[in-house]
Amino acid sequence: MAHGPAKGIRRWLFATNHKDIGTMYLWFSFTMFLLGGFFAMVVRAELFEPGMQIVRPEFFNQMTTMHGLIMVFGAIMPVFVGLANWMIPMMIGAPDMALPRMNNLSFWILPFGFTLLASTLFMEGGAPNFGWTFYAPLSTTYAPPTVNFFIFGIHIIGASSIMGSINIIATILNLRAPGMTLMKMPLFAWTWLITAFLLIAVMPVLAGAVTMMLMDINFGTSFFDAAGGGDPVLFQHIFWFFGHPEVYIIIIPAFGVISAIIPTFSRKPLFGYSSMVYATAAIAFLSFIVWAHHMFTVGMPIAGELYFMYATLLIAVPTGVKVFNWVSTMFRGAITFETPMLFAIAFVVLFTLGGFTGVMLAIAPADIQYHDSYFVVAHFHYVMVAGALFSSTAAVYYWLPKWCGRMYNETMGKVHFWVSFIGFNITFFPQHFLGLAGMPRRYADYSLQFADWNMVSSIGAFIYGASQLLFLYNVIATIVAGRKVSDPKIWEGAEGLEWTLPTPAPYHTFSTPPAVK
Amino acid sequence: MVSRAKRLVRGGICALALAPLMHALAAAPAAENSGGWGLLNMPEGVTSVSREIHDIHMVVFWICVWIGVLVFGVMFYSMFAHRKSRGHKPATFHESTTVELVWTIIPALILIVMAFPATRTLKELYDTSEADLDIKVTGYQWKWRYDYLGTDVGYMSELATTQASVYGQAPKTQFYLEEVTEPVVIPVGKKVRFLITGADVIHSWWVPELGVKRDAIPGFVNETWALAKEPGIYRGRCAELCGKDHAFMPIVVNAVPEEEFNTWLAAKQADAAALRELTEKTFTLEELMAKGDEVYGRSCASCHGASGEGIPGAFPALKGSAIAQGPVADHLDIVVNGKPGTAMQAFGAQLSEVDLAAVITYERNAWGNKTEDNIVQPADVFQFKQER
Amino acid sequence: MASESNYYVPESSWFPVVTATAMGLLAVGGGLAVQGRTGLPLLVGLALLAVVLFCWFSTVIDENMKGLPGAQLKRSYVIGMGWFIFSEVMFFAAFFGALFYVRVLAVPWLGGEGDKAMTNELLWQGFEAQWPVMQTPDQVVGGSKFVAPHENMGFPGWDRFLGWLPLWNTVILLTSSWTVHIAHHALKHANRARFNLFLGITVALGLTFIGVQYVEYHEAYVEMGLTLQSGIYGTTFFMLTGFHGFHVCMGTFMLAIQLIRGLKGHFKPDDQFGFEASSWYWHFVDVVWVGLFIFVYVLG
Ligand code: HEA
Ligand code: HEA
Ligand code: HEC
Ligand code: CUA
Ligand SMILES: [Cu+2]
Repeated sequence: MAHGPAKGIRRWLFATNHKDIGTMYLWFSFTMFLLGGFFAMVVRAELFEPGMQIVRPEFFNQMTTMHGLIMVFGAIMPVFVGLANWMIPMMIGAPDMALPRMNNLSFWILPFGFTLLASTLFMEGGAPNFGWTFYAPLSTTYAPPTVNFFIFGIHIIGASSIMGSINIIATILNLRAPGMTLMKMPLFAWTWLITAFLLIAVMPVLAGAVTMMLMDINFGTSFFDAAGGGDPVLFQHIFWFFGHPEVYIIIIPAFGVISAIIPTFSRKPLFGYSSMVYATAAIAFLSFIVWAHHMFTVGMPIAGELYFMYATLLIAVPTGVKVFNWVSTMFRGAITFETPMLFAIAFVVLFTLGGFTGVMLAIAPADIQYHDSYFVVAHFHYVMVAGALFSSTAAVYYWLPKWCGRMYNETMGKVHFWVSFIGFNITFFPQHFLGLAGMPRRYADYSLQFADWNMVSSIGAFIYGASQLLFLYNVIATIVAGRKVSDPKIWEGAEGLEWTLPTPAPYHTFSTPPAVK
Repeated sequence: MVSRAKRLVRGGICALALAPLMHALAAAPAAENSGGWGLLNMPEGVTSVSREIHDIHMVVFWICVWIGVLVFGVMFYSMFAHRKSRGHKPATFHESTTVELVWTIIPALILIVMAFPATRTLKELYDTSEADLDIKVTGYQWKWRYDYLGTDVGYMSELATTQASVYGQAPKTQFYLEEVTEPVVIPVGKKVRFLITGADVIHSWWVPELGVKRDAIPGFVNETWALAKEPGIYRGRCAELCGKDHAFMPIVVNAVPEEEFNTWLAAKQADAAALRELTEKTFTLEELMAKGDEVYGRSCASCHGASGEGIPGAFPALKGSAIAQGPVADHLDIVVNGKPGTAMQAFGAQLSEVDLAAVITYERNAWGNKTEDNIVQPADVFQFKQER
Repeated sequence: MASESNYYVPESSWFPVVTATAMGLLAVGGGLAVQGRTGLPLLVGLALLAVVLFCWFSTVIDENMKGLPGAQLKRSYVIGMGWFIFSEVMFFAAFFGALFYVRVLAVPWLGGEGDKAMTNELLWQGFEAQWPVMQTPDQVVGGSKFVAPHENMGFPGWDRFLGWLPLWNTVILLTSSWTVHIAHHALKHANRARFNLFLGITVALGLTFIGVQYVEYHEAYVEMGLTLQSGIYGTTFFMLTGFHGFHVCMGTFMLAIQLIRGLKGHFKPDDQFGFEASSWYWHFVDVVWVGLFIFVYVLG
């Protein structure tokens, strides 16, 4: 096999190396994060005060939709695939990913898919404007013509996810070093194994949903049209059969990251490893049977409402196990507070808070009041931004020195953390109040009693957004000119195969499999 | 004790939100529209369902607060006491089946406790039997229609706030975006059943104070109910993304004592009869243009633009439109019957003959549009509808 | 478990990025084509995809013939194919789910069952729930957007039993699953002639199935008035059988390639991944058909 990277652009276009592909995923996802974040800034700027100031309502809807789509599919999902690419082979003692060429294909689909999606903004009729949940018939009969590009874009992005997941499963099942049994695997590999399973199970369902839309729009079928015997609510069932597991697809790898970072900086082994594995599996299983908690107001028969309420509440149990395990890991450790640890601690607190509001939403009669209000927006930003995003930020700080052999600037990291933490809470905590007081989501304009908290939220959003530029700067400065480090084990308390490799990690990971006791 | 706990959690979470939150929990729901800071919690509302929901909401909230206090308490304690900088040496324990079982079972029990009242309230919420009055609620892009079943009273309820006010050319008044052309009126103390459906896309009829939110699904009728215990004006909003003007289709419910309701209904019945008579009258161009201007601004301008310019790619311009300057029959057809599969709705069921005649006449004469037969009378519309 | 000391890691390759380009073209082209704007990008995308996949697979086959990939990589291929088929199962699950939902819930609701009495009374008065839907709600209230067929694909009764095409298609597919199994068996026992023969029969059966399906569709469109536009029955019927038919085409194509490879002397008794993968795929397509036969035809 070749020894070093190819020269120039070919290294990236024709890459088969898991680290190169991982790097591309990470940069791609950060680009998408900036774009999606920019859209969020437009939303927050328009909502700064009552009245329409900056954009028109139809454009506002495009911003909300594109923000949701880009963040979920373009930023968060790829960031974890990037981390998986980089870390899983290193963690399990593999030379590379199992199917390196397919790995490259999975990545390169994404730029095409998202360029297509984003370019609809400049087409006649504008970008998708029906929310990231694209409920029919707003997304079918009443959609702008660009919906067709959206549909095919989702198809290829979905294909990318499926191939990426197959690769990860094959790697984990087939390429572990001798002696690395499943129950000795780092939790990050475990969480990804389960996530990949979820992805393969639900991305095809999403593909089915958009295909039905395509047919209804262009070929006269009546899946979602009662006049022909269909039902618009059918769309929601199919969508959420995908959509609910999707939100766990977003959070489960984050659990893996946190389970790596907290033991390191507590200098104490992870508490309850096996219960962590079982809890993750339980969450994944439950995620398939709770989807209609997003639909408590559609007029399901009461038996359905009750079932979905009970099933949803159950998810709090395994998730609780995870939270308790993290806290117990910290308990009686020897804790230090480097930037990754700060983000991890913030994750535990804020994710749990988002989990609590999740439990409130799961109470069906109460959801009658919460549903489609800013209370929901607050809930999911607590779990997705303070959950998934904070954890991937933590992961980058944690592993960056390993990747490039240079240490980031700790002070700048801490400043980034505190500004993010405060900015985040100023943005999203008040949204609980807004929702409870009656402000619906996806509103381009609102009545006067919501004015004050919206302004606070917008200010918070600008602070939070600006802090991400600091992050960008810190990462680039590290790569270009950070202090050199060469100790294989960057962090005092770190355990695992990846920390036995030299720093920076060699281009080819393990050319002979390491032995695992 | 309670307030100390609250302070602990909130202090850890968000110092900035502390004061208002305490305020929220202490204070009753703020009076209508009394500025932003006061509105922090779910309103208790004026129906038994809304009050039960509020109670469940508070119970679950407090349970979560207490779990949070416990969990974060332990965590903050470790962060303080077991830090390396204080020289703490790490322990090495890493599992304990007993505690793990305990913290699986206890949360499960807590959840069961929560599920009981929730089940009870949900059952009540679903019991639409024995209603005293049926109102059909239809969501349109972007307005509501209310039909009192069993009478011929039915009307559209649209946003009354002007575009000028939205775009900052006029001041925003107290009920900005919360005022409608005509509220839905219900009698206090009577069980009203709402039959909710959508005419085009999905909307959602949400009035927090009544504890009602139910989606308006095109092609299906959802049922829900409310029994308002106190007279008053309750304001709500469309809660499901329904396109461009989702934020501009508020709901106003006017709950009045029963006698007042009966008087109102009788008056509406009489109005309906009077309108039928007007249909036979012949109007002048000026009369039609004045009326048409008003109808156009209310019903059509949101898509076709204030001066008929449309929105390229989405909604066609009517200024210079072939249909608006072509044969009357085609023009009548698209306005009365709409165009299925596009956002252009059938206005035949939404507007009276007089309004239809006025708006069509208006479109045929405004913005420099020129046509041969430029006047359409209500009787023409009536006849057109009959022929179909 | 990994025990080989020499992993096989392929050199960098231009196939993936070109495949991705082709897929990008397909997406753009698909969007343009369904809007009736232009079919060109779609065709270019398809052509590019065909070329690059041909090169890609040829290379993989070459590598295989040279014995480059070890047992481990082959195991990765097996795992990959298995999970790919699982993803296909879930794709069909979405459409089966839609079918069950409309049959069990949506159509009865439109007919006023359950707590949806008012749906029928206020919106679709006169519509009666039945499956197959032989009169759409739209038709009942005087619309003409969705016009139901005058005949359906359900079981025609014992007297017309033998002319019932789906039955024959079931026989054909089940037989082909068996013949491909025989072929596999033959290959394992190094009986090349038998392998080629039975694989040939399988491909022929696949083609016959496609032919019969074509006849059936023709009949539906021309004689029964059963079309994509004829309401939810036509919708579910064509989408389910259509996607299945598409998969039969894919499967037949894959098996045909394996047949060519077989005739060229590829495969060894203990090394035949390409053929095995195609045959698993074929069995999967077969199982889906059994589901279709029961839920779309017999109970239709
Ligand atoms: C990362 C993503 C993520 C995660 C992890 C979750 C986690 C949960 N979510 Fe959330 N959710 C979303 C993303 C996520 N959600 C999104 C994006 C939406 C909106 C989609 C849209 O409409 O656009 C949404 C919407 C949503 C709704 C619909 C609201 C509505 O539209 O009306 C509901 C309702 O049940 C819900 C519930 C839950 C629950 C019960 C959990 C649970 O998993 C939480 C479990 C965690 C805990 C409970 C905390 C820790 C536990 C303990 C400390 C143990 C003890 C606790 C108790 C006994 C209470 N979510
Ligand atoms: C993981 C996913 C994710 C992430 C990370 C975010 C991040 C953010 N979201 Fe997110 N959001 C969603 C997923 C996500 N969101 C989803 C799924 C929806 C629902 C969509 C729908 O309804 O269909 C939604 C909806 C949503 C709404 C509701 C819109 C509506 O209902 O109309 C709002 C409003 O405040 C909002 C705000 C924000 C903000 C301020 C951030 C911030 O965290 C973003 C911060 C990042 C940046 C700002 C980028 C970096 C900086 C620059 C590019 C430089 C420019 C900076 C400045 C000018 C200050 N989001
Ligand atoms: C929800 C948006 C919406 C509203 C409100 C609306 N229209 Fe339309 N209208 C449309 C759309 C979309 C079309 C284009 C239909 C098509 O594809 O042919 C249209 C087309 C028309 C046309 C034909 C124009 C042409 O040249 O093709 C006329 C005339 C018209 N509308 C009149 C009206 C009148 C009168 C009203 C108010 C009473 C009104 N519209 C309200 C969306 C709307
Ligand atoms: Cu109507 Cu939103
Ligand atoms: Cu969910």
